[in-house]
Amino acid sequence: MATITLALMDPPYETETTTTAFRIIDAALRAGHHVKVFAYEGAVNLTMAEQAPHANPVKGTSVEEEQHPTTKDWAAALFRTYPGRIEWVNCGLCVDERGAGNWIEGPVRGSPKEFAAWVEASDNTLVIPAK
Amino acid sequence: MAKRILGIVETAYRATVEEQDDTVLWLHHMLKNNGMDVSLLLRGNAVNYAVRGQDPGGLRFGDLGVEHAPALDHDLAALIERGVPVYVVDEDRQERGIPATRLVDGTRPVTRRELPSLFETFDQVWHW
Repeated sequence: MATITLALMDPPYETETTTTAFRIIDAALRAGHHVKVFAYEGAVNLTMAEQAPHANPVKGTSVEEEQHPTTKDWAAALFRTYPGRIEWVNCGLCVDERGAGNWIEGPVRGSPKEFAAWVEASDNTLVIPAK
Repeated sequence: MAKRILGIVETAYRATVEEQDDTVLWLHHMLKNNGMDVSLLLRGNAVNYAVRGQDPGGLRFGDLGVEHAPALDHDLAALIERGVPVYVVDEDRQERGIPATRLVDGTRPVTRRELPSLFETFDQVWHW
């Protein structure tokens, strides 16, 4: 099995690349690979614990009926479903400048040093930047 | 031996005032400091990063001034000084009317036709 590193930059609820990145991560884990995620810049917000689902007044649905997705729940599901095969580092400086220090269980604080080590140790690296 | 990485920077001036730099240039500088073998290629609007003497200073919001404006040309010069090769797509520079003489010393022109051969010299190419 391979080890794949991904660098993500987009914050949640802004671009379609967020969903794409999660699909790639899930597909790799589903296939038995190890995945390391370096969340850089706005991507540190993907795992913020305070994310909350909301109702949809246009559809008239309640919070429970809407089952609004949150990226922190997606990330938590990956850690829950594939224990030991996903690592996630939130760039510490990016966290500080955004006040985004409260995140779900699983990710850890890090720096480009970890990203550099992961790149060298991984079979390949995919960067998905903000455009 | 460290993997050879080429970072392609295309998105230009994204959050450079808030960040006081370009976050992709900054990341590659950090990766270089951590022992990685990184190079940079500027294409599209990002070729303007290599123009000497750009000055976005003087920005104010109410009574609050932005005291440390980004200096992308200086950041590029520092990367080159650190040993990071910096390539600039020549056609992208010409299309924007930027004279080659205005570029930061040490940048390396590369034509679009030469890009595949350049890519072949790297283990990984990251398109930021």
